Amino acid sequence: MSAQAIQPIEEILPTTRREGIQGWTGGSDRAFSTVAQLMLAFWAFVVIFPFVWMIVTSVKTDPEILSSPWKLPAAIQWDNFERAWTQARIGRFFLNTLLVLAGSLTGTLLVSAMAAYVLARFEFPGRQVLFYAFIAGLMFPVFLALVPLYFLVRDLHLLGTYQGLILVYIAYSLPFTIFFLTAFFKTLPNELGEAAILDGASQYQIFFQVMLPLAKPGLIAMGIFNFLGQWNQFLLPLVLMPDENRYLLSQGLYFLAVQQGYQNDYGALFAAMMITMIPTLIVYVLFQRRLESGLTAGALKG
Amino acid sequence: MHHHKYRLIIPFLLPAALLYGVFVVWPYAQAIYVSLTSWRGVSANRPFVGLDNYQRLWEDDRFLEALSRNGQLLIVLPLVTIAIALTFAALFTQGGQAIRGAAFYRIVFFFPQIIPAVIVGILWSYVYTPNIGLLNGILGGVGLDGLKRSWLTDPTTVLWAIVAVAIWSSVGFYMVIFIASMQSIPTSFYEAAVLDGATRWSSFKDITLPLIWESIRTSVIYLAIAALDFFILVIVVSGGSTTMGATRAEVAALYLYNQAFDKNRWGYASAIGVVLLLLTLLLSVIIMRATRRETYQF
Repeated sequence: MSAQAIQPIEEILPTTRREGIQGWTGGSDRAFSTVAQLMLAFWAFVVIFPFVWMIVTSVKTDPEILSSPWKLPAAIQWDNFERAWTQARIGRFFLNTLLVLAGSLTGTLLVSAMAAYVLARFEFPGRQVLFYAFIAGLMFPVFLALVPLYFLVRDLHLLGTYQGLILVYIAYSLPFTIFFLTAFFKTLPNELGEAAILDGASQYQIFFQVMLPLAKPGLIAMGIFNFLGQWNQFLLPLVLMPDENRYLLSQGLYFLAVQQGYQNDYGALFAAMMITMIPTLIVYVLFQRRLESGLTAGALKG
Repeated sequence: MHHHKYRLIIPFLLPAALLYGVFVVWPYAQAIYVSLTSWRGVSANRPFVGLDNYQRLWEDDRFLEALSRNGQLLIVLPLVTIAIALTFAALFTQGGQAIRGAAFYRIVFFFPQIIPAVIVGILWSYVYTPNIGLLNGILGGVGLDGLKRSWLTDPTTVLWAIVAVAIWSSVGFYMVIFIASMQSIPTSFYEAAVLDGATRWSSFKDITLPLIWESIRTSVIYLAIAALDFFILVIVVSGGSTTMGATRAEVAALYLYNQAFDKNRWGYASAIGVVLLLLTLLLSVIIMRATRRETYQF
């Protein structure tokens, strides 16, 4: 993996590939493309339709929802969003999530960038071991650590605190982020750093004033990647954030859904899902290309 | 570089090493120790019981049944996901010939991957709901009322209904991986094959498949690990970790979660975790060996 990983895949490809091949033998081309188009259309339907249904359901009244999944709303119920935001406290959970992510994203990028810079550009004993120790974290599923993690966080008096969750988010984001940024820092030219040393800059100045700005594309890619990962995180808050006032979005949404069976406010539940989805939707629309290549970069070279 | 470099190296590495050591390495190490105790979390003392928990696991029918569900997932999840993802990737990429609408389909198919698992789970739990749900609604709409059922409580369908959600949301991810590696195969290979009278299928089998084998291996391992880790979707789709649906689709990780956070049997739960970790490592090694092939340089 290298800096290329964050460029759109199309840009690194030779242009000759666009033309394509004609004249496969065997079977009629028309029959083949008809079957293929049907398959693709079917899968697109299976992917899109539940979301369309979710959007429509989020503006229906409860009696409408309960009468038939096909019935369109007589009037758009914006009210559902209001109840989701206030009564179901999705607004509160939204702000809690923003608060945690503000800390954890900044922390993840800063701590990873510092470690990755040193791992990529300095020789010292134990460098390889340390690098692989960080990468090993990619292998282990989070839930295996859940039980001891719960007690550790409790004993540090961090259970149910934003700080505790921020630190844990950073710790579990380190393996991939360090992996990615180390490769990135390796691609940066040496000359700039050397020139800065001749100008009398300290190592710290070189990192913060020369290297970090140069690593911006890598930092942005990891910012997007970790934003999605941490925004979607469910297990860690479920276990480490028992205080109902400090629930994060995905966790609050889960409890809302579980309670819904008793309280029957389906409209508000679907509206709450829409609210939770909107930030990821925006990020996807803005960064679709980078995201695809970033998310798969690790897997490709793994 | 020069002799003052440790003034930079140490403070720069320290935060990462500290956070990683305390919150990642230490809990995993602790899990192994806790699994040798009968700790129930109430008191600070953790009675050491040796391998007792592991022995009881071996005789615990509920655990073995959960594990056998993971065994079924282990076959179905990688096979189906990769088959669908490969088909789409080939249609969009093979030989540089993209099918009409490829760009649009690609964006759509990848989309579920970025949606929070909780939303995917809740959305599908309502797709499967008997009376107001989308699936029974569609079946009724096309006159297949006989197929309608209570998908999430029927013991024959609940696990597979949930697995279908996992496949639905991850196909796009693997498709993009396969597209990226198929795009690096030179078009000239296919041109030569066409001249030799190759069909689409034989080009796929003889050129594409061997040349992207490394990506397929990696994907098999990812999906095998996912099959062993499977549980977030189970609790979200079935509406809770102890609901009837969840019990009928109980996989090993869910059993762990309930033993820990519902029953407070921390020692026993940790033993399940350690067994799953060992199985994960063992499985990765087995798959790596079983799928080893000569790699082709091009």
